[in-house]
Order: sequence, then structure tokens, then C-alpha cells
Amino acid sequence: MIHPVETGIASAERCGRCIMTATIEPTKGGFGTRMLRKEDPKLLTGENKFIDDIKAPGQLWMGMVRSQFAHATINSIDTSGAESMPGVHSVLTGAQLAEMGLWQAPLPCAWPVTEDMVNPPHYPVAVSEAKHVGDIVAVVLCSDRYGVADAVEQVVVDYTPLPAVVNLQDAVDGKAMAHSDLETNKAFHWPLDPNPEGTAAAFANAAHVVKARFVQQRLIPMPMEPRGCLAVPSPAGGEIVFYSATQIPHILKIMIAATSGIPENKIRVIAPSVGGGFGGKLNVDADALLAVTLANHIGLPVRWTEQRSEGAGASHQGRGQIQHVEAAADENGKVTAIKVHLDADMGAYMMLITPGVPLLGSFLYTGVYDISNLSFSCDGHFTNLTPTDAYRGAGRPEASYAIERIMDMMAHKIGIAPEEIRSRNYINGGEHFENFNAASTLTFDSGHYKPAHDRALELADMAGLRSEQARRRDAGETKQLRIGMCTYVEICGLAPSRALGGLNYGAGGWEHATVRLLPTGKVEVVSGSTPHGQGHETAWSQIIAEKMGIDPNDVEVLHSDTALSPLGLDTYGSRSLAVGGVAIAMAADKVVDKAKLIAAHQFEASPEDIEFVNGSFSVAGTPTKSVHIQELGFAAFTAHDLPDGMEPNLQEQVNFDPPNFAFPFGTHVAVVEIDIETGGVELINYIGVDDCGIQVNPLIVEGQVHGGIVQGAAQALFEEAVYDENGNITNPSLMDYLVPSTMEMPNITLDSTVTPSTTNPLGVKGVGEAGTIGSAAAVINAVCDGLSPYGVTDIKMPATPQRIWNAINAGSTGGAA
Amino acid sequence: MIPAAFDYTVAENAEHAIQLLGEYGDEAKLLAGGHSLIPMMKFRLATPTQLIDVARISDLSYIRQENGLVAIGAMTKHAELETNDVIAAACPILGHVASLVGDPSVRHRGTLGGTMAHSDPASDLPAAVLALGGTIVARGPNGQREIAATDFFTGYFESVLAPDEMIVEVKVPANTGGWNYQKFNRRAQDWAIVGVAVADGGKGVALVNMGSTPLRATAVEAALAGGGSVADAAELAAEGAVPPVDNNADASYRTHLAQVLTRRALEAAS
Repeated sequence: MIHPVETGIASAERCGRCIMTATIEPTKGGFGTRMLRKEDPKLLTGENKFIDDIKAPGQLWMGMVRSQFAHATINSIDTSGAESMPGVHSVLTGAQLAEMGLWQAPLPCAWPVTEDMVNPPHYPVAVSEAKHVGDIVAVVLCSDRYGVADAVEQVVVDYTPLPAVVNLQDAVDGKAMAHSDLETNKAFHWPLDPNPEGTAAAFANAAHVVKARFVQQRLIPMPMEPRGCLAVPSPAGGEIVFYSATQIPHILKIMIAATSGIPENKIRVIAPSVGGGFGGKLNVDADALLAVTLANHIGLPVRWTEQRSEGAGASHQGRGQIQHVEAAADENGKVTAIKVHLDADMGAYMMLITPGVPLLGSFLYTGVYDISNLSFSCDGHFTNLTPTDAYRGAGRPEASYAIERIMDMMAHKIGIAPEEIRSRNYINGGEHFENFNAASTLTFDSGHYKPAHDRALELADMAGLRSEQARRRDAGETKQLRIGMCTYVEICGLAPSRALGGLNYGAGGWEHATVRLLPTGKVEVVSGSTPHGQGHETAWSQIIAEKMGIDPNDVEVLHSDTALSPLGLDTYGSRSLAVGGVAIAMAADKVVDKAKLIAAHQFEASPEDIEFVNGSFSVAGTPTKSVHIQELGFAAFTAHDLPDGMEPNLQEQVNFDPPNFAFPFGTHVAVVEIDIETGGVELINYIGVDDCGIQVNPLIVEGQVHGGIVQGAAQALFEEAVYDENGNITNPSLMDYLVPSTMEMPNITLDSTVTPSTTNPLGVKGVGEAGTIGSAAAVINAVCDGLSPYGVTDIKMPATPQRIWNAINAGSTGGAA
Repeated sequence: MIPAAFDYTVAENAEHAIQLLGEYGDEAKLLAGGHSLIPMMKFRLATPTQLIDVARISDLSYIRQENGLVAIGAMTKHAELETNDVIAAACPILGHVASLVGDPSVRHRGTLGGTMAHSDPASDLPAAVLALGGTIVARGPNGQREIAATDFFTGYFESVLAPDEMIVEVKVPANTGGWNYQKFNRRAQDWAIVGVAVADGGKGVALVNMGSTPLRATAVEAALAGGGSVADAAELAAEGAVPPVDNNADASYRTHLAQVLTRRALEAAS
């Protein structure tokens, strides 16, 4: 049954006024509607199925025997004890698996950033040498989930330990070789230096130069749901269905084909409900490839669910950089050049985009500022630690942190306020601009930095805070107030395919959408974008509401299954709306255009005379005669009376390849209280004013920003993957790896400005990573605000109470400077 | 996070539990809430083959005031201490400290007897019982004995409890004298990096996570008893302690924290 939505025309008729005056009510659920998420009832009631809820008859559980050494020769593996355990199907060593010929190619690195990048072959199971604690050395298959854990313990591996590189600085210094067969730990050198003479001149003529060394500690993605997969083979037909808690079913499908040799058209990848990723499920992992190839080989379903502490060292980690940053400024604090050298920790192997992650930040080291010169270089280094790869923000939080910390340091050196140095350096003086050519060679789509800056300072009551800060200082109170700010810009909407090609990335950055109006007037949207908590089903429905005048509840979104949605490039890099959402809007426009022809045909009018308002077509000048687009679905389906030459059905598809990135921005203010007797630190207030362009659903935007801010504040104050001198991770569980809770976070005050993007027809940008990109710098700027009386200008992340106390008492930075 | 195989038996009462302990010997562990034991089993740091669930023994869950003492059944949950009127009136420090243990789900599972028997130097409640000068009542096959809290803890996760004994009751003096608890941590749900419990206006001072057991800060108590100032006494907080080193704090920082927190606790309690 079709319920035409109430249209502006009807209300205009009631009030007897011309429909062209502002009496048209916006479409229900369109852009700007704070609609509750459609997917939540199913998630909150447990109706949705996550990977661990899916079972297959005859399934075998897979368990991994993982190296307990950071670097060791594998002499022998005794599997006999495990093989005799109840339910054990088989125990396979790396050597056995290599002989079985399960893979045609090593695990993929899709981003060989230079022609000469060193990339030692990385197979799912180590054969002769284990390269990090957690490296897989043997695999157990067992009919019982608990039995497999018992059997893994019974596999006896004889190792000879080798010298190991267990921190990045040691890798840079070449203290040992992470790979015994290499003579260097260096994997690549990647420069971005468009105008070296300009940078040199700027530094030569500078009135002020500030240098710093920042450490971006390793972080563990820690999604609520660990990784997991289930491979279900079809021995007679040769097909394989691969269920995976992944962010990237489409990329995974291609990579499984390329590495296993299973024909791509025989592979179907399904991402069921996925409980978060943060980049941690943006990979082609050894575990996944093992499950799929073993299932295919044995002819039985094979499944695996990661254990939390296993994942801490076995799934990839984020960050892991040492940043050497220099800024040059004139006497007025106008910054003229930024020079950056990164040492980036690759970990033991190159994973899917390991080497590219630090480079994603390279273009952002001039931040929101009109800085004419940027000289950047990055060296990638191997260590005997867990590989690094994408983690929320991927390269951009690091860059934002560096520029925002160095701006504060410069302000401190010159003796001006942090907000003042920012105001003096904003692109176009903080006024609105479009298409700004940055020193990095990228073109920023649009920006308008001063309003967000002003609003954030107003919401924070900066003057009041400074006065309270002074009062506490003068009174000698134990709890001192510290204030920090950050004005970030980020690159999102990954990505223009040509730009990715220029960076030697192994895929494009388009996204696919199909919009079909069903015979009964309902809508199906097929999207190649793959949600894992973002609320895509709601946002995509709102795009249909906005574009087609259809109730969002009449829209169903199909995604995350390569059989339903065969084309796609998945979810990462804040790209879902700015690329995938735009594709949906464009496909919806095409459906409307075709429906308009049918409406014109029915009205016996010229298509040029047809107006489309809030879902209804009418002939200009005769608004009483109208048909709602949902009523045309049946006509398109029966095809009894369509315009000559028109194909039946209302279904259109678009593959949108954005012409540019989008550049969201904002100003964040963090307020912390520091107990100067204990070093205790508490984030007591946080203000964020973000601009992600046009907002589809402000509620989802706020949720993304909230989570992002907490994740960045977590890097600043709480989280770090801590390795001991033997390369063991010392805090692999949620008892020791300090993911903050609501108890550690203040209420967050948010507002936004809206500067439409010029990159896409919707004017949207992206917001999934923005909070994370702004908050670590804001919080550390707050912690460092006022450390100067103690002779300290910087502090290492996470700024733990002990590090803060050391800074106060001994002028120690905790190793950062 | 998958424990080794184990059997599970629900004890009907204390006698049943002690009988089962006798039967299974070293292979058995009492399950008295499980928020410490189960994680250790999941990491396979503990691999008991027999769990004896005592948390369901309802006649070991009580709070009574008698003869100047508050008697607390060993299976009394932290959440009950937190909200109980007798505790609030007769020894408020215990209710307050209980309210700071872990998070609500921990407090609705964890039991006072369980946390005492587990003997984790980083736990909050043992220090409060120590500061109060409490007594642990243990029962074994040969009957019941009372152990002063000061004599109870012997090392990391070790106490004087015999393998076939269980705690049935904890007794503390009814005492509303000046008290305070300072818990220093990075996240609300975590164990204390350092904690200091002060009871009875400074007559009892106990430290959390400053050594291999919950500790009485005897030097502080003695200095105060001898008429020393709070500030001077607090400087002695870590005397004799061998503080642990972990990702959160080294020994010198823990020593410093113990001094600051002891001073603050004493000031608040006086």
C-alpha cells in the first residue's frame, strides 16, 4: 500500500498561497534531520548477527600457535601432543602449509610507496623465522572451540632467539636487524619537497625557529568486537562464502582471489553486523587468508574468533612514529616554513597499507595555515613488533598533532597567546576561501576558519578560564587549570582515484551506488560502502528522503555482501558520505530524472514543464494534477505504457569518483585540571566546533565527533601499547590497556559551522575521524600550558600522572624532547 | 581468553564447601564472586580443575552489629556494604571504600570474603579492614579460628589460610572515628596505583599497592601516636614498603604518592 507523503503542494493549497513562497515544508527526514538511527532497535535487542553468532554445520575452529619471541629461528615444531587431543582435525606448521601450496602470493601490501620499497615476502605462517611476538608459526584445527585452545598449548616449538629490534629508535639506529636476511631496517625513503629552495630561504631568513621531536606511541585499535571469520566452502561447486568482521568486504574479495588463487567469481564475502573497526578491520590478515584457504582445501567450514589479548599483539596497531618538526616564522609570528622528517615504525611486515599511513599525513603538516613552504620526508623502518597500519585518522592525527603542538611552542617562544598565533596564520586570514593551493601541492576545497575559532573560544569562555587559571595560580591551589586548543584540518573523502594512482596506491577511490524504486513504491539502495557502526542505513535513507521526497522508513539499504553489492571500495578515511553518499544522491537524481519522463508521459506534457517538489511531479501552472514518485514504480515495472524506447524499471547506478578530497576543519578547546602534588590529570571540559560541510544527520555527526574526541584524548592521556625489552606487549588486556570510559571524560560541548565542500554536489565533507584528529593536540596543549615554569615545553604521550609529576619535579618530558 | 577445562560445584553451605576442599585439595579453588579469579583463569594464570561456588551460600551473607563489633558474612557483596545502613552508621569507611571498588558489575559480584582471601595488595577493601584493625574468621575441617587482619596477609596473593580453610566472616570494630580513603588511579574502574585508608582518627593507617601485601603504615601510626604532626608523619608513609613497578608508576613515584595521599587522608580524617 502506498501512502503518499504529505507534500508542500497540499499545504499550500490549504493556506491558499502560492507554492513558490516559503510554505513548503521540508521533506520528512531530509538533510539536517536529527533522526534516530534506524539500525539501533535491531542492534540493541540483539537481533543483528555478528560473526560469532553465525554457525556452519561441521565447522572447525582454528587456533594459532604464535611466536613468544620477537625474533627467533624456528628449529622444529612438535605437533604430536596437540594432534592426539580430543577433536583435533589437524595441526599444520608453516613448512607444511608452504608445501601444500595454499597461496599463490604473499599477503598483500597494496601501497608500495616507492619503486624500491623493501617488502620481504610475508606469508600467513612463518616457516623458518618468527619476526614478532604473535607471529603465527603453526595452526590447529579442532571441532571444539575450547579444545582448540587446549591443543594450541600442546604444540612445542623449539626456537633459537635472534637479536631483536623492539623499539623504533633502535631500528633507526640499526642496533639489530629486524629481518636477518636484510642489511638495513629501512624500508623506504619518501620525500615531499616541492620547493626545497623556498624552505631553505624561509629558515635562513626566519626571526624565530622552533624544533621538536614528538613520539606518536603505538595504539591498539580495540574495537568492541574482536576480529573473526568463518569460511564456508562448497566442495562440489568450488564456491566459497567468507563471513568476516571486516570493514572491507570488497577489497578482501579481490585480495583473497589474488593471494589464494581461488577464482574471484567463486568468492562471496559477507560482513555481518560489525562491532567497530577504527581501522583495525581494514586489512587482509593472515588469519583470514588461513581460514579461507584451509576451508577450501579441506572442504569443511573453518572459523576463527580472536581473543582480546591475542588481538592486542596480532592485529595491526596504529601510529608508531617519531616526528622531527621544525617551524620558521617571521618577527610577527607569521610561519613561513615547516620542515618535517618522520621515522615510521612499520612493525615486522608490510600489511595492506602500512607504508602509506604516515604519508597520508604528509599533506597536512601546514595545517589550517597559509604557510608557503613545506619540506617533508618519511623513512619507513622495520621492527620486530606487531605491524602498524590504519587506525582512526591514519597519518592525519599525527600531522595535526605536530603542527598544532609546534604552533603552541612558537607562540610560547614569541610570547603571544595560542589563539593569536593561529589568527595571524590562518589561510585567507580566517575568512572564507575556496580552492586554496597548499604548499603540499594539494588544493583545499573550502574553508572558513575564523568563525569556528571564535565560536569555540566563546563557548569555552576563554577569558573566564584564563582568569580562573590565574586565580588558582596566584592562590597556590593544588589543582591548577590548564587550557589547550587545536585548530585542525583533515583530508577525507578518500579518494580521487587519480590522486591515489599518483601515490602508487593499488586501487581507486570511487564508490558505487544503485538506487531502485520498487514496484510498490519502496526504495532499495545498494551501497558499496560498508558500515561497522556508523549509521549508514539511516544516513543513506535520509539522502533518499532529501533527493526523492520519500519517507526514510520506506528505504532499505543493502550493503556488506559482495553478492548483493558487487561493486564497492568500503569504509575508511571518512569517505562514506563524501564519496558513497554522493554516489547515492547522484543515482537518486537519475531515478528522479527517469521518473520525470514517465510522469510527463502520463500527464501528456513536455518533460521541461514538469516540476518535482517533495516527491511529487506536477505540470507547471497546474499544481492540482500531481503524481508522487512512489506511485510511478508500478508503471515502470509493468512497462505497459512507458515513453517510446524507455527501458522498464526505475533503477539507476552511479560510480562516483570524487574530483578532489574534502577538507573538514574545526577548533577544539580542552581544559584539564592538574594536581601539582601528584601529577594527577583530569580532562574537565571539552569544546568542539567542527565544520564537516552540509550535515545529513546532525545526531550522527555529534556521535562521530564525541567518539573521535574521546579516542584522541585517549591517545593524549591513557592509551599506549607498551612493549618490554624482549618485545612482549605488557598490556594486552582491557585491564591494562587503558581505554577511557565515560567516568574519565567530561561532558563535551559541540557546535558546528557549515562551509559546503566544492568537491561534490552535496557539499558534504566527512566526520568519522575529525574528532580524533583534533583532540590529542588540544589535550596535550592543555597539559603543556603552564609547564613552562618548570622548564618543560613538551610531554610524551600518554601524559600519565607519573610523567606529569616528573615534569613538574624534575623538568623531565618523559623522553619526548 | 579461554580457560582450561574445569568442573564446577555449588556448595550448599560452609561445611559442604570445606568438605569439597578436603576432597579436591590443591586442584580446587573457591569461587566467591570471580572477578579476579575468572580473568586469571581466562589468561590461564590459574588453572584449577575444580571450582567450588560459595557465592550462593546465603547464610554467609549478612551484616550484624554486636558487642561493639560489626560482623560481616564472607559472602556479603561490595554493593551491600556500599548501601547498608548498619555499615553507614557503625563503620562508614567500609561502605565508602566498597563504593570505589571496580565498577557496578564488579561490586554486585565481588564479596568481602573473596577479596580478603584473594589477598591482592592492590585491592581496596583489605586495606580498609587493616586500618580498622579487623579480624578474619576462618573455618576448616577442625573448626573455626580468628586471625587478626595484620597477621593474615603473607605475600602476593598469599595468606595464612590453609588449603582446606575458607573465610566465613570478617569482623571490624564499630568505629566512626575520623576516617578517609584516598584512591589514586587513572580510570575510575581500575585498581589503585596507590591507596591510603585512614581509620579511627589516624590510629589505623593502611596502604594499597605499596608492597606484596596490603600494609599497615606502622611508622605513620607511631609518629602520630608519639605526637608528631600530620605532615611529618605522612613523610614516613612508605617506610619499610617495597613498592611495585608497573606501567603506571615506578617505585619512587609510588613512594611520593603514598606520602601525599597519607597526608591528605590524615588531614581529611582529623
